Amino acid sequence: MEQNDENYLGITGNTPSSGQPQAEGGEQRRWFRRFRKGITTSTAEKKETPEGLWNKCPECNYITTTTELEENLYVCPRCNYHHRIGSDEYFAILFDNNTYTELFGNIKSKDFLGFTDLKPYRQRLDEIYAKSDLKDSMRVAVGNVNGKEIVIACMDFEFIGGSLGSVMGEKFSRAVDYCIEHRLPFLVISKSGGARMMESAFSLMQLAKTSGKLSQLSDAKLPFISLLTDPTFGGITASFGMLGDLNIAEPGALIGFAGPRVIKETIKKDLPEGFQRSEFLLEHGFLDFIVDRKQLKDKISLLIELFEK
Amino acid sequence: MPQYPNRQFLDFEQPIKELYEQIDQTKKLAAKNPKINYEQTLQQLEHSILEKRHEITGQLTPWQRVQLSRHPDRPYTLKYVEKMSTSFIELHGDRNVRDDKAMVGGFAELDGQTVMFIGQQKGANTKLRQLRNFGMANPEGYRKALRLMKLAEKFNKPIITLIDTPGAFPGAEAEERGQGEAIARNIYEMIRLKVPVICVIIGEGASGGALGIGVGDRVLMMENTWYTVISPENCSSILWRSWEKKEVAAEQLKLTSKDMQGFGLVDEIVPEPEGGAHWNYDEAAQLLKEAIIRNLNEVKDIPAETRIEQRIEKFGKMGFWEE
Repeated sequence: MEQNDENYLGITGNTPSSGQPQAEGGEQRRWFRRFRKGITTSTAEKKETPEGLWNKCPECNYITTTTELEENLYVCPRCNYHHRIGSDEYFAILFDNNTYTELFGNIKSKDFLGFTDLKPYRQRLDEIYAKSDLKDSMRVAVGNVNGKEIVIACMDFEFIGGSLGSVMGEKFSRAVDYCIEHRLPFLVISKSGGARMMESAFSLMQLAKTSGKLSQLSDAKLPFISLLTDPTFGGITASFGMLGDLNIAEPGALIGFAGPRVIKETIKKDLPEGFQRSEFLLEHGFLDFIVDRKQLKDKISLLIELFEK
Repeated sequence: MPQYPNRQFLDFEQPIKELYEQIDQTKKLAAKNPKINYEQTLQQLEHSILEKRHEITGQLTPWQRVQLSRHPDRPYTLKYVEKMSTSFIELHGDRNVRDDKAMVGGFAELDGQTVMFIGQQKGANTKLRQLRNFGMANPEGYRKALRLMKLAEKFNKPIITLIDTPGAFPGAEAEERGQGEAIARNIYEMIRLKVPVICVIIGEGASGGALGIGVGDRVLMMENTWYTVISPENCSSILWRSWEKKEVAAEQLKLTSKDMQGFGLVDEIVPEPEGGAHWNYDEAAQLLKEAIIRNLNEVKDIPAETRIEQRIEKFGKMGFWEE
């Protein structure tokens, strides 16, 4: 294993900088001795492992090839850990033959307030636009799930932590209008740290804006399913995330209002194991059920069918 | 209302404290020298205090405005209710878990009509602050607020919410009982209430904790208050990874009443007495009462369905983007 080699040569941080191997028993037991110090391979000869070929499960350290993981819907074959994925992956998993029409794809964030923290907001946006095709933290698409037409809005955590800003609020609103106009059910897949601070009070008001639209969807008697995935916090749980006709979640997802670190600081105690996980929320009555990613597509189409019949 | 020397002074209020001390000394001199008339000096000093109060609030930084909104002598929800209305009957409990002391509410008579007052309540001293949990409500507080709103709706009474919170309580039990769901439910239900709803930020308006009782036909802000998505301290800790940038965060967040009105996110700024509401509770309550009644009268005759549509539209317009 590549990693063990590194360890042996004393490259990684947890071994002494002398580069001496850490075999048990000290000097006498060493099998190899390194005579020349430092890394002697020239940069030109360095063998890079192509990125993204292998994937390690953050939960059980099981290593899979990316293809294998993709075939398994980004769920660890050993421990069932649900890897964090984005809208591209969810759309591919849910829509028949990965066929769908993206809606409102041209709405982009704007730095209306001239907000600057460690970096200007404008620069943060430009940096993401430069390295990704994403326009914001939510994408909306319409297509068929096992032959049932549905509108799906899905967050991308990669885009400023999936944060809720004006663009997400507006796309959500238009998605609801689209559902009402075409009499379609609405599925929202949440994965977000909460409201986008760089949009200040405007981001807060998106909670009211989206809730208002949901009330119109409700009056139209169209189902709204809220799927919560790892992680979903803050402004999302304090608005549409918890307002589904059905609230469902992937296994083991962290879901809450305040983040675990903040809670720990407040109560000055360690949090119990499984705190704020999907199973915890189900136990406390805030979820209808937990759904494995492999069953997600069939469950969604079954639900639509049940609502229809 | 505390009077000098029981008043508390913030850093930038020190010049006022000095004037009070001068008054004290002058009074002592007057007692020693009964033959000399100190009336004029005293009057001048009193006048200087008023001028100083005016001067100070005229040039506050956003962070100082935040500090003023948390002034230990500032009036809280129940004080305004007492000063603005008569026949207040406090109602308790969410009918599920317990009575949340950080959220208060009840029927009262305002300008000849029955209204439902709801608001976060802070405590005036250490013991009361703990009892009121520093104005940070738990889910049962939001559910109590919703119960009272539904009660008001049933009997066709307007709702007035007074917002003053550093945020919804971030505790472990709050999570177990669904803090997010409680706030979400309130926002959702408030936007469809059939009765008029007037919301006023009277102190701190922090995030979902504020918006959980903050969706109305009119949203007003008192002059020296703030309202945004996160407190400047927490914003500093998250975005700057340090607690030291709260002043900069307060500037960047554009959280003052002037900013918020400029953005069209609140409808009106309610003026405060010179120097802030803590200088004169009666005057502050009078100014607030006038604004509430005027706004209520403007929306109360609109048919309920239209009012709801307008409310959804009002919040639906908020945001900025390019396409």
